[in-house]
Amino acid sequence: MLRWGMVIDLDKCFACQSCTAACRMENNTPVAGKDQADMGRAILWNEVLPFVEGEYPNVHTTILPRPCMHCDEPSCVKVCPVQATFMNEEGTVLVNYDRCIGCRMCTVACPYAVRYFNWYAPEWPDALKEHLNPDPEVAPRPKGVVEKCTFCVQRLRKAREEAEAEGRTFNATDYTPACVETCTGRARYFGDLNDPNSLVSKLSHSPRAFRMFEELGTHPKVYYLKQG
Amino acid sequence: MEPKNQHTQTILAPIRKVSKGDYLLWGALTALLLSGLVAWIWQYIEGLGITGMNRPVYWGVYITNFVFFIGLAHSGTFISAILRIAGQSWRAPLTRAAEAITLFSLPFGAGSIIIDMGRPERLLNLVFYGRYQSPILWDVTAVSLYLLSSVVFFYLSLLPDIAMCRDRLTNVPHWQHRMYEILALGWNHDSEQYHRLEKVLDGMAVFMTMLVVTVHTVVSWLFGMTVQPGWHTALIGPFFLLGAILSGTAAVVIVLALLRKAYRLEKVLHNGLFNSLRKLLITFVLGWLYMMIAEYLTIGYSNMTEEMVVLTDKFSGTYATMFWSMTVFVFVIPLLIFIFKGKNSVGWMVFASVLINIGMWMERYIVIIPTEISPRMLHVMGQGSYLPALPEILITIACFAGLILLYAVFTRFFPIIPIWETAEELPGHAHSTKTSPAPSSASSD
Repeated sequence: MLRWGMVIDLDKCFACQSCTAACRMENNTPVAGKDQADMGRAILWNEVLPFVEGEYPNVHTTILPRPCMHCDEPSCVKVCPVQATFMNEEGTVLVNYDRCIGCRMCTVACPYAVRYFNWYAPEWPDALKEHLNPDPEVAPRPKGVVEKCTFCVQRLRKAREEAEAEGRTFNATDYTPACVETCTGRARYFGDLNDPNSLVSKLSHSPRAFRMFEELGTHPKVYYLKQG
Repeated sequence: MEPKNQHTQTILAPIRKVSKGDYLLWGALTALLLSGLVAWIWQYIEGLGITGMNRPVYWGVYITNFVFFIGLAHSGTFISAILRIAGQSWRAPLTRAAEAITLFSLPFGAGSIIIDMGRPERLLNLVFYGRYQSPILWDVTAVSLYLLSSVVFFYLSLLPDIAMCRDRLTNVPHWQHRMYEILALGWNHDSEQYHRLEKVLDGMAVFMTMLVVTVHTVVSWLFGMTVQPGWHTALIGPFFLLGAILSGTAAVVIVLALLRKAYRLEKVLHNGLFNSLRKLLITFVLGWLYMMIAEYLTIGYSNMTEEMVVLTDKFSGTYATMFWSMTVFVFVIPLLIFIFKGKNSVGWMVFASVLINIGMWMERYIVIIPTEISPRMLHVMGQGSYLPALPEILITIACFAGLILLYAVFTRFFPIIPIWETAEELPGHAHSTKTSPAPSSASSD
């Protein structure tokens, strides 16, 4: 059984934000506008967060790209009253937008703050509207439901379809989420954590590897490689 | 044969005539209720974006109201069920007034959850796809069971009095009399009927007591079951429960004082009742202090990073003003009043009780918001902020207005003091002055 996971090398990330932009274009997340963004209502399935330590002149900044952690023990799945958020058999945590009742229990339960709520019906400036990803799996979500990073699950489907059309067996390396593909510094790795020979699997065992809030028992499938 | 009660006339008097003042009050309350309804429709059309909620503060005053109204609802069950089991017969005159708070605040508690939903039209998904792994479903189950059994409990104890309305109030409008006829279910004050009624109420009281503990604990688990700092504590259940009973009992004081003033029920709702409630309130206020110390000393002493962020925010940060005024409102002033001023003084008791309820609303707010403001990702996300917006304020006001409206209308159509429970003599009970079959150990000083 496949178990998709990601490794992000913090030494290689230089906060160019291209992952955030690629994610936005791939997954049709709406444009919030400045006022809404200031209220903390921007929807960014992937965010690059600055972690500033110390005070001037002794400042140390760590950059933390943050997709959904796709935990093996997800706090969000547990609390969803209608199973609108669920983990598929390959370990990816997804949301059923047609079923979500918008109670936002998952958003308050997730310690990584990866879940976003549609406060309004989604909107785009006209210029952007023409360039929405036509894939029905990332059709704009209606107002009142929760959404989040899916590891670009539509790309997995496409990769499988492609493999089938070409008459070959699907290989884990055929599938790459948009943020990984676009990463300028090649800081992101993606693949099957269950395959001991996969790159992600090997990197996840690196002495530099750590996961966020490991003490919470959520067992994220996104690993970071320590800086420095 | 009807139960003999020297106060029957006094108790039934408010039902005989609806005054102009009533229509004014009802009209004003309905207007407030409607403005809340408009706000909700506006919110439904536009989306929850018109509220002050944001990321990371995904839950705001709607959830605060939910916890508060469910808490308020505990008054009735506490007085009519727990004190019934404990054989506290002094409670008889105030049972219905207290239970009515339960009955009328529960819909606004449960309603607050629906108002808070991003997709209220998918409410039935909770039935179709509901899964018990989620605390939300525990809440839905507990609250709806609570609402249902409260209605049954309330209605059963109302039966003999509806029958008395049917028999005595012959010059009320035809529809109103017809309503009594139907609702009385053919009650004819048979001694066997009273015997069975007592039995059922006693049995239900045990069930309701278990339910009242469950309900508010489960409400707190909405927060306690997450791993968020400030919420994830085993004490949150008992703390919520105690707070609920405290605010509920304080609400009873306010309601009793209003009722006796508005409907001239001083003889039935005598000072002794307030003195008994005063003792209960002293106990609960001290219990609340105990919970506060147990909770915050544990967190403060162990000094864990994330927990301390939330704690500092409450003690000396953004929420310090609210936190300390809450402590003064719930604990300091009321305790001083109860001990030094409250005895035989309804005015002081009401003042303290109003403070307690304002403070308890603030307490709910302070449990919910600061934890959200300072999420675990705080060091990278930055501190959140939250201020309720106009629709939230309108809807909150509407919930309170609705509660008062239901209460006010009810008291004009049904006796708010249980005539049969306060009767000197019940059919089949030769010289009964009390209702509870348990031996009376309480005194109403």
